Amino acid sequence: MNVKHDFEPKIVSFLCKWCSSAAADLAGVTRLKYQPNAVTIRVMCSSRVDPVHVLQAFRHGADGVFVGGCHPGECHYQVGNYQTRRRVILLHELLSGMGISPARLRLEWISAAEGAKFRNTMNDFIDSVRALGPLALQR
Amino acid sequence: MKKIGVFICHCGGNISNVVDVEAVAEAVGKVPEVAFSTTYDYMCSAPGQDLIKEKASEHGLDAYIVAACSHNLHESTFRGLAKEIGINPYQVEIANIREHDSWVHDDPQKATEKAILIIKSVVEKIRLNEDLWPIQVPVTKKVLIIGAGIAGIQAALDIGNAGYKVTLVERRASIGGHMAQLSKTFPTLDCSQCIMTPRMVEVANHKNIELLTYSEVEDVSGYVGNFRVKIKKKPTYVDPEKCNMCNKCAEVCPVEVDSAHDEGIIKRKAIYIPFPQAIPATYTLDIDACLGLLPIACGECVKVCEPKAIDYDMQPQFVEDEFGAIIVATGYELYPILNLQEYGAGRIPDVINGMQFERLVYLNATTGCGVRRPSDGRVPKDVVFVQCAGSRDPEMHNAYCSRVCCMYTSKHAMLYRSAVPDGQVYVFYIDIRSNGKDYEEFVQRVREDQGVTYLRGKVSKIFQEDGKVVVWGADTLTGKKVDIKTDLVVLATTMVPSPGIRELATKLKLNVDEYGFAQEAHPKLRPVESLSAGIFMAGCVQSPRDIPDTVSHSSAAASKVMGLIASDILERDPIIAKVDEDLCSGCKTCISVCAYDAREFNAAKNVVEVNAARCEACGSCVVACPSGATQQLNFADSQITAMLKAILSEDEHERQARF
Repeated sequence: MNVKHDFEPKIVSFLCKWCSSAAADLAGVTRLKYQPNAVTIRVMCSSRVDPVHVLQAFRHGADGVFVGGCHPGECHYQVGNYQTRRRVILLHELLSGMGISPARLRLEWISAAEGAKFRNTMNDFIDSVRALGPLALQR
Repeated sequence: MKKIGVFICHCGGNISNVVDVEAVAEAVGKVPEVAFSTTYDYMCSAPGQDLIKEKASEHGLDAYIVAACSHNLHESTFRGLAKEIGINPYQVEIANIREHDSWVHDDPQKATEKAILIIKSVVEKIRLNEDLWPIQVPVTKKVLIIGAGIAGIQAALDIGNAGYKVTLVERRASIGGHMAQLSKTFPTLDCSQCIMTPRMVEVANHKNIELLTYSEVEDVSGYVGNFRVKIKKKPTYVDPEKCNMCNKCAEVCPVEVDSAHDEGIIKRKAIYIPFPQAIPATYTLDIDACLGLLPIACGECVKVCEPKAIDYDMQPQFVEDEFGAIIVATGYELYPILNLQEYGAGRIPDVINGMQFERLVYLNATTGCGVRRPSDGRVPKDVVFVQCAGSRDPEMHNAYCSRVCCMYTSKHAMLYRSAVPDGQVYVFYIDIRSNGKDYEEFVQRVREDQGVTYLRGKVSKIFQEDGKVVVWGADTLTGKKVDIKTDLVVLATTMVPSPGIRELATKLKLNVDEYGFAQEAHPKLRPVESLSAGIFMAGCVQSPRDIPDTVSHSSAAASKVMGLIASDILERDPIIAKVDEDLCSGCKTCISVCAYDAREFNAAKNVVEVNAARCEACGSCVVACPSGATQQLNFADSQITAMLKAILSEDEHERQARF
């Protein structure tokens, strides 16, 4: 496989309106710099992220998918993030079976007050996906 | 085909200094359904909005995107504008290219490419947006305030005086909070009780304020305008209607424990009144300290209570009520000395905190007992004050500045010197932060006192030796090591959020920061609102602040709340779940995932419908629906898929090069 050394991963991140997207806003307001590889789809709750969307993202060329939600017990919708957690666990199993590293799908809890955590998490995830290299899916 | 306009904001350079906005306008202008794209300095300004209006009618736009700052700032501005133009507000979307792009990325080329992807993905969403109309819900014109310190009291009085009903909940036996504990207040040296107690009485007698002391919030459900709250009223075992405050019960009570109101400086009985001016004016039986609620265990208090006010069989009561808005005013506590290993971790009796010193001064002023140190009751001949104890110390303790300590320490120095005129004071400080009205003048007055020595530097260690407390520090102005043997050390410990704030925050869906302080919706522009609509904050629950700032903050929260409940109807976003009844098989999976009981089975049709008033629009039932019968309005699966594709779009040759 011809891996280019200047590989830059393409990442889709699903951020919930109340916590993780607000954390991204806070990172912006405080001018915390991070790598630009991820583009956000803002949803009301992480529980709106359908496993189908995650698979579609990989199918259409994403090297990594990020899902951000509120901390356990702090979900704006009470229990939405618990549903997301279960779905992501199943997706990790499914991705392994498909030959896609589960490390390409990450779920993190980031509260609206955690701008620095958002920055650090983004950089870490982007670095780890870059280390995994491009996702070679046969279309 | 929908005609979509894209309006890209420079934000006065905030965006355009990093993102090449003209290149973005050109790139998104090529998307087939984008009928028009342009840029402007400030889209939110009046000329910016006029530009949108003008171009919308010129190009006959059906929908438009404003690529600018966060949704939280101007989504409502541009949706409101759409109404004026005659476009459905839900045909307006924000593409956040500031907080999520120009402010967080340095590379102009990459930031520009990302801005294009963000906007293209929003074009895909808006392409499939439906016209929607807000759901109207009635507003409960009643406010819940949690915490009855000066913050909660101020907010309750403001709202009550405006004619709205308020329920004020306090966890302790009396309202008043920490302000009721203070001796004097800086910089005027007003007696704290003298200015606080009239407010407390006013709250107690107010026709619009219901007071629930010794009570805690158990459960919160609902949403802005219509919160449903369950409050637990703990048993005090004393009927406040019958208690005549004769104190006979406390006289006979054999159990003594530390008085929390006096910070353990003196003792109280198991049946007690927290302080003489307590409101409600009644005794409380502390069940944790009491020998047992049985005549056989003790029963002395019951025997002497003439009005028969003591009732051992009192049970917790639960109050359930509805509120339009909630103000959180739970205040602070002081960082425990136990956490300060370098300062003796609470093992040295003559190392106390600022609030304990406050009570020493207060008790001296009211009883004339003298300012006496805890270990042996002697009047200390010298006192060392240590500022920033646990604050401004990111490695060991808390990184933030506690804001009030510089001022109260200088007040303490002054109060001590007037109580012990031949006493000597040393104050260790890092910087003096005295930036309130008349604050610096106050500190200067204290510093001019011959008996007060300010030493710039931190204290490294405090230990006991020969009945004295030894303080090792450095004077960074002279570069010398300082070694003081003193009678008493007062630590200006950091203000930290009240215990239990995290549990309460979870119930309220209130975001808190790493220390537990409540997170405001915007650090500058929305300082009293939380990100959860209808939940507000007042006072030290948000960050350390002094009394004037707390009162201002609380009045601000009160005015925001009154603005909210003044209207009869609230509008909610209609982006709720919707069911295609032809596809629904009535499997009821959605019912099991809905946290709001918003999905209801219709047996006649064998479908599960959506209760629009209850649906909170999380979208989890959409994902759970096995047949795809449920969709979220304007967050449909087709929209998310289209957004994904737009983000991941690339030329075929670029793709081939990757593989």
